[in-house]
Amino acid sequence: MFALPLPRNNKRGIFMQQTLEISKQNSVQQRIAKYNRLLWRLGRGRPISFSLVLILWYWVAHSGKVKSFLLPTPEAVFETFHRVLTDGDNVFDSTLWYHTSATLGRVLPGLAIGLTIGISLGYIIAKSPLLETLLSPIVVAFQSMPIVAYAPVLVIWFGTGSQSKILTCVLIVFFPMLMNTIVGIRSVPQNLRDLMKMYRASRWQMFRKLEVPAALPILLTGMKTSATLSVIGAVVGEFIVANEGLGVLITEARGSYNTPLVFVSAISMSALASTLYSIVAFIERRFMRR
Amino acid sequence: MSINLTTHNLVVEFGALRALGPVSIQIQAGQFVAIVGPSGCGKSTLIRVLAGLQAASFGEARLGEQIIRQPSMRVGMMFQSANLMPWRTVMDNIALPLELAGISSIERQAAVYDLLPLLNLEDFAKAYPDELSGGMAQRVALGRVLIQKPDVLLLDEPFGALDAMTREQISLDLLAMWARDRQTAVMVTHDIHEAVLLSDRVLVMSPRPGQIVEDIAVDLPRPRHIEQTYDTEFAYLAQTIRKAIRL
Ligand SMILES: Nc1ncnc2c1ncn2[C@@H]1O[C@H](COP(=O)(O)OP(=O)(O)OP(=O)(O)O)[C@@H](O)[C@H]1O
Ligand SMILES: [Mg+2]
Repeated sequence: MFALPLPRNNKRGIFMQQTLEISKQNSVQQRIAKYNRLLWRLGRGRPISFSLVLILWYWVAHSGKVKSFLLPTPEAVFETFHRVLTDGDNVFDSTLWYHTSATLGRVLPGLAIGLTIGISLGYIIAKSPLLETLLSPIVVAFQSMPIVAYAPVLVIWFGTGSQSKILTCVLIVFFPMLMNTIVGIRSVPQNLRDLMKMYRASRWQMFRKLEVPAALPILLTGMKTSATLSVIGAVVGEFIVANEGLGVLITEARGSYNTPLVFVSAISMSALASTLYSIVAFIERRFMRR
Repeated sequence: MSINLTTHNLVVEFGALRALGPVSIQIQAGQFVAIVGPSGCGKSTLIRVLAGLQAASFGEARLGEQIIRQPSMRVGMMFQSANLMPWRTVMDNIALPLELAGISSIERQAAVYDLLPLLNLEDFAKAYPDELSGGMAQRVALGRVLIQKPDVLLLDEPFGALDAMTREQISLDLLAMWARDRQTAVMVTHDIHEAVLLSDRVLVMSPRPGQIVEDIAVDLPRPRHIEQTYDTEFAYLAQTIRKAIRL
């Protein structure tokens, strides 16, 4: 969503070099200005694109061609949203906040554990061809199994409490992080590794001063993907069996043909995932800013 | 203190492929030696052994009396690309060796600011590598080597990617800095002209597996300058080297 500043081509002719050296101070400022314009445009664009969807939705829902239990009007959804936010009576004795925070309480540990495992395992695999041959078939086999298919087994193993939901979240989150870590660490140029060796860098310095910064853009991309998927992971767990959480809310709403509430639940999940994504994107901008 | 650099029957093999050798050379402390030879003959491999980045398959390389088994802080190396870290400023790139050696940031800054004028980079301490021209980037790389105050300079086609004019200028800059400290210097180059202009001695290598086929002394007076390239003696040396490469 936010473009990172890409490395630019260093090979320039001599005339180009001179003009560039002269206009150096300007060019830095120009680039910052350009970046700010891009951010501004994105900030502007979001409300516009959301408004367009809303208008289209409003128009279709009010056209009378679609039954309201199939597609509720935006007003009905908003009204439901407003009601469940404060009043739990119609939402199985609990407010939307309650369900959202229950889900969040599984997403956050799930994300933290998943990212930790993904990064550590990815680092080890990136460093060791032997471990890669040993581990990658298992990881790939596991990953190609649809999680909804074996999630019930996890519930049998780990109980109906939060544990099994955190676990589904971990399982969904860790794979993109793993892959991005492997790619990121492998992408560190051999020349720079040699350079670090010339200065007799320790293992820790190699990691801290070279591998982390060099792989950071790719690691952050992995984190963004994982953050987006984390909510899905927890909700899949909640689908199987749970007492609270957005996954429960949407299941119950669907069961009682309360379409506006289905919409409210779905939108809440999306908002939760977007927020997590935005947090990572914010961190990314902080790190990548010059 | 510069130091002798020697190899004795040095051979490097990658699996079944012999990439280099056997090579036996003696480089006296403070000597500037250029190495020329056809592409793929093992010049980079030789430099990497001297740097301690590549193990010898047979024979040995010594820094002074010590057999080279790993990189040493006494040895500075310049690669064909500037090899800068794009996330670090010019300042932090140059200071990298000191930072890794655990020297405080104040001392690092002082050392970098001493060096920047020599490198013609005063105004770019805070710039990032992608804001630099190719020549400036190589000057940063040169600064990064000089800041560690090495006794040995290993230069693997450091200016190969630059255009002719920038290249001539920066190699003369390098020569001026070398003249102050007189490190033992080994430079790989494809450019015969550059080899003669800079060095005390040119080693010519055969095609792979590279061996030294010619050892040509360059007795031109120092300090060197561009005008010398028009001398007959210069032309004669260049001609001798060119013939030796064709051998
Ligand atoms: N790590 C390696 N593994 C296998 N073979 C290698 C390795 N490094 C170099 N070689 C081979 O060794 C030979 C010599 O390589 P080297 O890079 O030293 O040549 P060079 O003289 O520096 O060439 P150039 O002038 O093109 O830079 C080449 O045939 C190359 O393919
Ligand atoms: Mg080479």
